[in-house]
Amino acid sequence: MSIQTAKPLSKVSNKQLKRLLGSVFYHGFVSALSIVMIYPLLWMLASSFKRKDEIWTKASSLIPEQLNFQNYVEGWRGFGGISFTTYFSNSLLITVLSTVLAVFSSALVAYGFARLSFRWKNVWFALMLTTMMLPIQVQIIPQYIMFSRIGWVNTYFPLILPHMFGTPFFIFMMVQFIRGIPIELDEAAEIDGCGKGRIFFTIILPLIKPALVTAAIFAFYWSWDDFLTPLIYLNDPKLYTISLALRSFADPSSVTNWGGVFAMGILALIPVFIIFVLFQRYLVEGISTTGLKG
Amino acid sequence: MRYSLENIEQRALPSKGAVLKKLSKRRRRDNWIGYLFIAPWLIGFFGFTFFPIAASLILSFTDYDILSGQPNWIGLKNFETMFFKDPRYWRAVKATLYFAFTSVPLKLIFALAVAMLLMRGRRLVGIYRALYYAPSIVGGSVAVSVMWQQIFGNQGLINAMLRAVDLPTRPWLGDPRTAIWTLILLAVWQFGSPMLIFLAGLKQIPSEYYEAAEIDGADLFAKFFRITLPLLSPVIFFNLVMQLIYGFMTFTQAYVITSGKPLDTTLFYNLYVFNRAFSDFDLGYSAAMSWVLLLVIALVSALMFQLSRFWVFYEAGEK
Repeated sequence: MSIQTAKPLSKVSNKQLKRLLGSVFYHGFVSALSIVMIYPLLWMLASSFKRKDEIWTKASSLIPEQLNFQNYVEGWRGFGGISFTTYFSNSLLITVLSTVLAVFSSALVAYGFARLSFRWKNVWFALMLTTMMLPIQVQIIPQYIMFSRIGWVNTYFPLILPHMFGTPFFIFMMVQFIRGIPIELDEAAEIDGCGKGRIFFTIILPLIKPALVTAAIFAFYWSWDDFLTPLIYLNDPKLYTISLALRSFADPSSVTNWGGVFAMGILALIPVFIIFVLFQRYLVEGISTTGLKG
Repeated sequence: MRYSLENIEQRALPSKGAVLKKLSKRRRRDNWIGYLFIAPWLIGFFGFTFFPIAASLILSFTDYDILSGQPNWIGLKNFETMFFKDPRYWRAVKATLYFAFTSVPLKLIFALAVAMLLMRGRRLVGIYRALYYAPSIVGGSVAVSVMWQQIFGNQGLINAMLRAVDLPTRPWLGDPRTAIWTLILLAVWQFGSPMLIFLAGLKQIPSEYYEAAEIDGADLFAKFFRITLPLLSPVIFFNLVMQLIYGFMTFTQAYVITSGKPLDTTLFYNLYVFNRAFSDFDLGYSAAMSWVLLLVIALVSALMFQLSRFWVFYEAGEK
């Protein structure tokens, strides 16, 4: 027995051993580093399950003494008489509407740029590309004056409406995608008497589904995480989005319930993570090809 | 009517003028439909980008504050105040530049190192990539900013760890020397996007180059500096420009975590613009500040494109 096991062992060449060791070292290092990377998130998750006194007295421990859902229950009750049901539904409403509008309008515009010919097309396209780099602060002050003159402060219009007009990043990504579709498909449909509108809806739209999904993910993220726009336009706590609510909930001058803050923070991140896990492929594709920021 | 050759030709082919007429008619129709499709963007561009930016420029020459109502033309006074009379403005500039020019290089170096590390592995790379990208996916959210504030808080995770090994603790967020570094660290932590872009770039480099170099006896060092870096330079350049612009525009993290404190060391440019506009209602002054930022970003981008000629290497046939 011992001879039998010793024999193959001795056959393991130096090279193989070296490779094995290298692999162990590699995976050990890479996974250790990845744990360091997600450690802060794990810490928040652990803290959300800890007892209130335990959060700070045992801050360095990652494992709560017992799974305690108290923070979730108390946190959900919110503050000022408004529970997190309100904040989550507000955010969901704004995010879903903005996402649908942004993706659909971007697809329309992208089809126009990719397939139709019209005067000054290249000028407009170049102009669109430059707007991708503009700091929003330059636009936000006059926009605020405009919206407050119409009386749209404390409404969701300033948060949703601008998405109706397409997002340059998405338009650019979709244009690239449409260019990859053989134009013969369009031409065949045109010979059969299809108008541009029908070509767009029946041929292009189904074929650019991956680009639509990518755009939808980013639109969802940007809208869900957006802080500046709601901060400017929403003063009424009943209208707050989840970002605004978290910020008010975690106000260091008044807060005592950090467990609740962490629990609600975790809940706010859950939709983001679910989408990440389900659609990772589209996300990676979107970032690698256009440099979209996640 | 007798069929002559001429006649047939005439009948089969419409005259040149007719063809052109028909074509231009079609083009005109196309023109119309094209504009119909891009109409959403066009309307948005004029309504939400072009007009506001132009209005911003005009506002920057006024003393408009939303409470008193009427804007008065005051010429260059806002800019004069900004450059010569407002020490907070220069502190904001300093904080922003310090933040952008430390966090971006660190972030890119880290992103490249991790990307190269992930290129070597075959198995589990998908999982590693997801784990390394996870912080970036949540990084811009208020939830993570609040978490960061508590991690570096006096009773927070970092101090608890230091206490556990008997090292001196620090008020990380209250100390003017360390506060900005917590924000830099948060930015570097979100290295996911440049990492993915580097990964895509690294996969484009043909492995034959490395094999050939190995035959010539190149070591890891030489391979990195002679093959990887030059061939990756367009990607590095792209990441550098994008990340610098994002760095200049950082807002949420500074607003939530430090609110510009202590001693304005984390008063980022956009935070100051926001405070002047929406706490002090000095819309004219903040419009002037945002216009200066716009010009600086345009200038920096242009400068980087000019300088890129000297170090960015495009393969023949590419661009």
